Amino acid sequence: MTPLVEIAGLDKAFPGVRALKGARFDLLPGEVHALMGENGAGKSTLMKVLAGIYAKDAGEIRIDGRPVAIPSPRAAQDLGVSIIHQELNLMNDLTAAQNIYIGREPRRAGGLLLDDDALNRNADALFRRMNLRLDPRTEVGTLTVAKQQMVEIAKALSFNARVLIMDEPTAALNNQEIAELFRIIRQLKTEGVGIVYISHKMDELKEISDRVTVMRDGEYVGTVPTATTSMDTIIAMMVGRSLTETRDETAAHSHGEVVLEVKNLRRGDAIRDVSFRLRRGEILGFAGLMGAGRTEVARAIFGADPLDAGEIHIHGRRAVIRSPRDAVRLGIGYLSEDRKRFGLATGMDVAANVVMPCLGRFLALRTFLKRRQIRSTTRAFIGRLGIRTPSEEQEVRLLSGGNQQKIVIAKWLARDCDILFFDEPTRGIDVGAKNEIYKLLNALAAQGKAIVMISSELPEILRMSHRIAVMCEGRLTGELPGESATQEDIMRLATKRESATIRKAA
Amino acid sequence: MSDVSTLAPRQSAFDTVRQAVFSPATRQKILAFASLVVLLAFFSVASDNFLTSANLIAILQATAVNGVLAVAATFVIITGGIDLSVGTLMTFCAVIAGVVLTYWGLPLPLGILAAIAAGALSGSVSGILIAKMRIPPFIATLGMMMLLKGLSLVISGTRPIYFNDTPNFPVISQESLIGDLLPFLPIPNGVLILFVVAIVSSLILTRTALGRYTFALGSNEEAVRLSGVNTDFWKIVVYTLSGAICGIAGLIIASRLNSAQPALGQGYELDAIAAVVIGGTSLSGGRGTILGTIIGALIISVLTNGLRILSVAQEWQTVVTGVIIILAVYADILRRKA
Repeated sequence: MTPLVEIAGLDKAFPGVRALKGARFDLLPGEVHALMGENGAGKSTLMKVLAGIYAKDAGEIRIDGRPVAIPSPRAAQDLGVSIIHQELNLMNDLTAAQNIYIGREPRRAGGLLLDDDALNRNADALFRRMNLRLDPRTEVGTLTVAKQQMVEIAKALSFNARVLIMDEPTAALNNQEIAELFRIIRQLKTEGVGIVYISHKMDELKEISDRVTVMRDGEYVGTVPTATTSMDTIIAMMVGRSLTETRDETAAHSHGEVVLEVKNLRRGDAIRDVSFRLRRGEILGFAGLMGAGRTEVARAIFGADPLDAGEIHIHGRRAVIRSPRDAVRLGIGYLSEDRKRFGLATGMDVAANVVMPCLGRFLALRTFLKRRQIRSTTRAFIGRLGIRTPSEEQEVRLLSGGNQQKIVIAKWLARDCDILFFDEPTRGIDVGAKNEIYKLLNALAAQGKAIVMISSELPEILRMSHRIAVMCEGRLTGELPGESATQEDIMRLATKRESATIRKAA
Repeated sequence: MSDVSTLAPRQSAFDTVRQAVFSPATRQKILAFASLVVLLAFFSVASDNFLTSANLIAILQATAVNGVLAVAATFVIITGGIDLSVGTLMTFCAVIAGVVLTYWGLPLPLGILAAIAAGALSGSVSGILIAKMRIPPFIATLGMMMLLKGLSLVISGTRPIYFNDTPNFPVISQESLIGDLLPFLPIPNGVLILFVVAIVSSLILTRTALGRYTFALGSNEEAVRLSGVNTDFWKIVVYTLSGAICGIAGLIIASRLNSAQPALGQGYELDAIAAVVIGGTSLSGGRGTILGTIIGALIISVLTNGLRILSVAQEWQTVVTGVIIILAVYADILRRKA
C-alpha cells in the first residue's frame, strides 16, 4: 500500500529555536496515526508544515509517493490535506453551511447571486456522509463546541480531504461527545481517509489509534503499533533523554516558614479543589500538560480571574484577593507565560516597565515622576540581572525574549514581592539565556523568596524544583519530592485522568 | 582587531543619534512640522496678505478653541480611546457659565469654576461608562455627545445666553495680557490660554504618574492591570481631565462670542481628532505628544486661513482638509509598519 503521506529529513528553525531536526512521519490510507511528545517536541510544527502554514527549511514531503511543495494552506487543501486546529476557526454569526463553503459559495444567475439552496443541500450531504444530525442552517455560535468541531471536520471533507490532521481534538469535549467524534473518525477510516491525531491522552490513543509516532526535541524517536505497545514504553520514548543538565544545588527548605497556603480552590472545571503550601526560600514546580489548569490556579491566586470557592492564607493570615492590585499589595507577583500580552507594555521603554507596579514609590508630591531615581533604579536592575539593552530608555519590543523576561522579573523585584509565580519562565528563550534565568531563580530562592514555577518542560521542572506538584484536568494529582522524582513519575501523574482518581461528590 | 575595538564605541554613539533623529516617532513629528513650514511658505509666496502680523494673530486666535479641544482629545486618544463628545461638551460648559453668570448673576470666578467643573463631571461620567460599565469609548462618547447637545438646548431654552451682565467676560479670550506688557506682541488671551494648557498638559503627560499611566493604558492595558495598577481609576481620571480641558475651551469660545450659543459644538470633535492625528498621535493608543497636536491644530487653521485668502471656495477647503487627514493617517500606518 502506498502511504498517503511520507515525510523525511524535515528541518524547521525559528529565531533562536530549531523546532524540527530531520523529522520523519508517514501515514497510510484508512489509518489513525497518533503523534506524541512533550510540549515543544515539534508535533504541531511538523503538522503545520504539512498543512502549508509554515514553510520547511529542508526535507522532503511525498503525497501518494510523489514529492510535493506545500507553500500555502491553499496548496495543502488542493493536495487533500486539511488541519483542524485546537482553536476552532469558525465565524459564529454565520450558519454551519455558510462556514463550510466560505469563499466557495455556490452561485446562480450567472454568478451574481448566491445559491443558498445548493449551499444547504451540499452541507446536508456532507453531514449525512458523516452520519451527523445537524441542520445546515443553524448558526454556528449556538452549537456546542463538539458540534462546532464536527462542522470543522465537514469543512475539511468538503475539500475532499484524504489527510485529516486533528490537534488535541478532545480537549474541550465530554465523554459522550468524544464517543461521537470517535464514531465519525471510524467512519472516515472506512472511506480511506488518513488521520493524524495529536493528543496527550493515553487512554484515548489506545482506543482510537493504529500506530503511534513519538517525537522529542524536534526529532523522530520511533513508530510503534498501538495495540501491542504498553503505555510505559510510550512514556519512556517521550521522555527518553537522560537528564544531561546538572542539577543545581537546591537545598531543601522543608522547614522554612509557610508564606502561602491555598485551601480548596475552585473555579468551574478549570480548578477543582486545589490545595497546597509554599514555603519561604522554596521553589515549588507545577508540572502538567497544557490545559491542566496550572496557569488558571496562578491567575486565580493573583486575583486576575475570579474564584468560585477557596481560601488563601498569606503569612498565616486569611487574605481576600479580588484583583491583581490586592495581590500586589500582599507581595505577590505573577510573571505570565505570555509576556507580550500580559507582562509588558512593549511600546514603552525599559524604565517605564520596571517601575510599573511600584510607580507610587517614585513620585514627588504623589504626582510628579522622580525621573532620575527611576532611571538609576532601572540601571541597577539592568546591572543586577544582566539585561542586555543599549540603555534604560530602549523600547522593550526591540529586546530579545530573554531580556524581556528579565525585565518582567525586574518589575516584580522592584516591587519587593516575596511570593513569585513564574509561568513558563523560559518559553521562547534561547538556551544560554535559559541558564541565566535558572541561576536567577535559584538566587531569588536563596534570598528567601517563595517561588511557584509553572513549566511544561520536565527537565526544567526536575532541575529547579524542591517539590513538584502535578496537575491534570484542574486537579492536583500528586506531589513529588524534587530530588528523587523522575520524568516518568511526573508523566504518570500528569495523565492521571478522572476515571483513575476519586471524584468528590458535588 | 584594535581598529574594530576603537571604532566600536563611536559607531554605537553615532547609531544612537541616528536612531533618535530617524526613529519613526520623531520622523512623524518632523514630518508634521515640515508640512506646517511648507504651508506657511507656500501661502506667504502665494499671497501678500498672508504673512502680516494681523493675519498671523487671526490664525492663532482661530487655533485657540480647536487647539484646546485637541489637547483634551489627545489624552483620551493616547489611552487607546476616543472622545466624540468634546465639541458638545465645550458648548455645554459655555451654557453652564451662562447660567451661573447671567441667569444667577454670580461673580466671574464662580462662572469659570462652574464651567470647568461641569466639564470634569461630564468627563468623569464618560470615564465611568467606559471603565466600569465597559461600554466601548466610541459608543459611550457618541451617547454623551448627543446627551450634552440636548441638555445645552434644554437648559438655554434653545436661545443664546449673552454675558451682558459680566463686563469682564470678553477679557478671557479677546484682550491681550502679553500685549499690555509687550506692545509689539499683541497675542490674544485665548491663545495665551492655549499655550498654558498645552505646556501644563505636556508636563502632565511626560512628568507625572497620570501621564505615565495614560501611555501605559494605550500601550497594554491588561499588562498594566496585572501589574497591580487600578486601571479603571486612572482611565476615569484621564476622561475627567479631558472634560475639564473642554470646559476651558467652552470659556474661550463663549468669551470670544460674548455669548453661549447652544446650537454650536457638533463637528468640533472631528476637527480636534483631525488635529491629534495629523500631529502624529496614534489612534491605536500608546503614542502621542501635545506638541504634535498643537502643530496639527495649526496646520488646520493655516490651511483654512490661507485657502480663504486665496479665495478658494469653502467647499474646497473642506475637501483639502479631508485629504490632509487621510494622508496623515496613512503616514501613521506607514510609521507602524516601519
